[in-house]
Amino acid sequence: MSDNQLRVVWIYPDLLSTYGDQGNVLVVERRARQRGLDVARLDVRSDQAIPTSGDIYLIGGGEDRPQRLAAERLRRDGGLHRAVENGAIVFSVCAGYQILGHEFINDLGQREPGLGLLDVVSVRGEGDRCVGDVLADIDPRLGLPPLTGFENHQGVTHLGPTARPLAKVKLGNGNGTGDGTEGAYNDTVFGTYMHGPVLARNPLIADLLLKLALDVNALPPTDDRWYEALRNERIAAAQQPA
Amino acid sequence: MAGNSDPLTPRAKLAVTAGKAVAAASRAAGRGSGSVIGGRVALKLDPDLLARLAQNLDVTLVSATNGKTTTTRLIAEALRAAGPVVSNALGANMPAGITSALAGSSDARFGVIEVDEKYLAGVARDTDPKCIALLNLSRDQLDRAAETRMLAENWREGLAGSKAVIVANADDPLVVWAASSSPNVIWVAAGQMWKDDAWSCPSCGGVMQRPGDDWFCGECGFRRPTPSWALSGDHVLDPHGSAWPIHLQLPGRANKANAASSAAVAAVFGVPPQVALERMYQVQAVAGRYDVVQFQQRDLRLLLAKNPAGWLETFSLIDPPPTPVILSVNARGADGTDTSWLWDVDYTRLTGHPICVIGDRKLDLAVRLEVANQHFQVCDDLDQAVQLCPPGRIEVIANYTAFQDLRRRVGN
Repeated sequence: MSDNQLRVVWIYPDLLSTYGDQGNVLVVERRARQRGLDVARLDVRSDQAIPTSGDIYLIGGGEDRPQRLAAERLRRDGGLHRAVENGAIVFSVCAGYQILGHEFINDLGQREPGLGLLDVVSVRGEGDRCVGDVLADIDPRLGLPPLTGFENHQGVTHLGPTARPLAKVKLGNGNGTGDGTEGAYNDTVFGTYMHGPVLARNPLIADLLLKLALDVNALPPTDDRWYEALRNERIAAAQQPA
Repeated sequence: MAGNSDPLTPRAKLAVTAGKAVAAASRAAGRGSGSVIGGRVALKLDPDLLARLAQNLDVTLVSATNGKTTTTRLIAEALRAAGPVVSNALGANMPAGITSALAGSSDARFGVIEVDEKYLAGVARDTDPKCIALLNLSRDQLDRAAETRMLAENWREGLAGSKAVIVANADDPLVVWAASSSPNVIWVAAGQMWKDDAWSCPSCGGVMQRPGDDWFCGECGFRRPTPSWALSGDHVLDPHGSAWPIHLQLPGRANKANAASSAAVAAVFGVPPQVALERMYQVQAVAGRYDVVQFQQRDLRLLLAKNPAGWLETFSLIDPPPTPVILSVNARGADGTDTSWLWDVDYTRLTGHPICVIGDRKLDLAVRLEVANQHFQVCDDLDQAVQLCPPGRIEVIANYTAFQDLRRRVGN
């Protein structure tokens, strides 16, 4: 972060913002402003260059063809790699999560190269589409309360040795690998299948991104009573038998 | 076209009679109108029944993400100038409900049929329509419906080579993509406020350019067709360039757009725009939507908004601040169980309105409004929310099952 301005980059809303993914951007923006930060939000369309000097990059979910187009354009652009080399934080959801891995299956049924920023490989699941509320325990190293979200995907994502599972699913599917993992992360790059949007359901993950971007250990408290009320309701709902 | 000869085979007649009997039993048991269950039974006895019922009607199909029930009413009203009309006016828009509605009338000349987006291709095959009106396509219930672009693709394949006249919105790239495989299209510049499902070219995937009201793909040349009809403020412009005033009891820009499309459909059947538009004035509330009801000394206007495009159009028609707004959202099966779409709605447009939130998912709304930096109150139910508002007009905006809950509570 420079000039006391936090630069939040939303990658390709024209292709990857089908499931309310703007919500993650709005939550990061709002929580940064509540901490007195000056926030510059940059929405980058897929015919524009990815800036390399952002602090937090958000990339959302989308349909199969836009996902392929986004991967093609991001590979060609190369800016996100440079941003990560510069130390930027990246948070990705669903189709965006798959794009950040080594490869995924595109709308044509072919293996599509990803960006290789996360050590994961995604394939298409054989079973039913995973749709519904999810409850999971976040990796204890991150010191965060349980993960609540809504999943809607057919993908199965396998983690390589340098990616850690973001969470362990208690209810729902997550990565769909059968081992209960959900999402993946390394030092600066995060991926999850959770919609909801996930940062609205888990504001402390948004705070984690802010802390990593600002390189601080703590942030001033915020009034989170509505987030808490929503979390309690959704966690209870996930535990109800369907 | 009204047939004098009886088109129904004995089997079809039996199916119609059986369907009506089941519907009556369902009504008697207090399970709604019975039209869907009746239609299901009838279609089981005679799978070709829908085609048989349609064969001596001049059929118009109406499909869209938003506005199809209202537009079906407007077109039905307009075509009554030329002859009797049968229509699924209650919004039962899948094959069973449509069959049931058509079985309810034997002397109609026109059939005006609202069709669920997913069923359009099949119903078009069965009913051999003279006209198909396509209004808009946008994200809606993504947890259970097909992806929006796939729906457009499905329309496009289903309508390729159709003999019907397609009346289509030139301002919605997905609708244009769907309609442009048909040989006979009448383009209507009906406008569309929501643009976020068509930034990517439906033809080649290129990035859409959208200067002003125009749109085109910078890569493949797919572009907005030249419309022959247009909505222009409070007027409909016909292909001769004449401007006809729109007088509706229904509020909002979206309903003016629906009226413009309806006038173009009416003209296909020889009903001139001035006659069509005058008749459309008759339409008041449609299935409770836009109704103003007295409740606890307040005037509640009931507004249905099911998806981001619908909320956007609805915000543009409500009374200005300080008119209070009550928002109600559920996420039951018919609504879609994922509430993420709330984050595609721009709630900063409500700045200055006192806001109360109710419904099964009021806490999702609360977080959404908190992040939008709006002042709001979370209420237990409609009664409590209404009590917090001063006497006078209240705008009540609800999604599908929340709207049904509202109507039950206010006795509408």
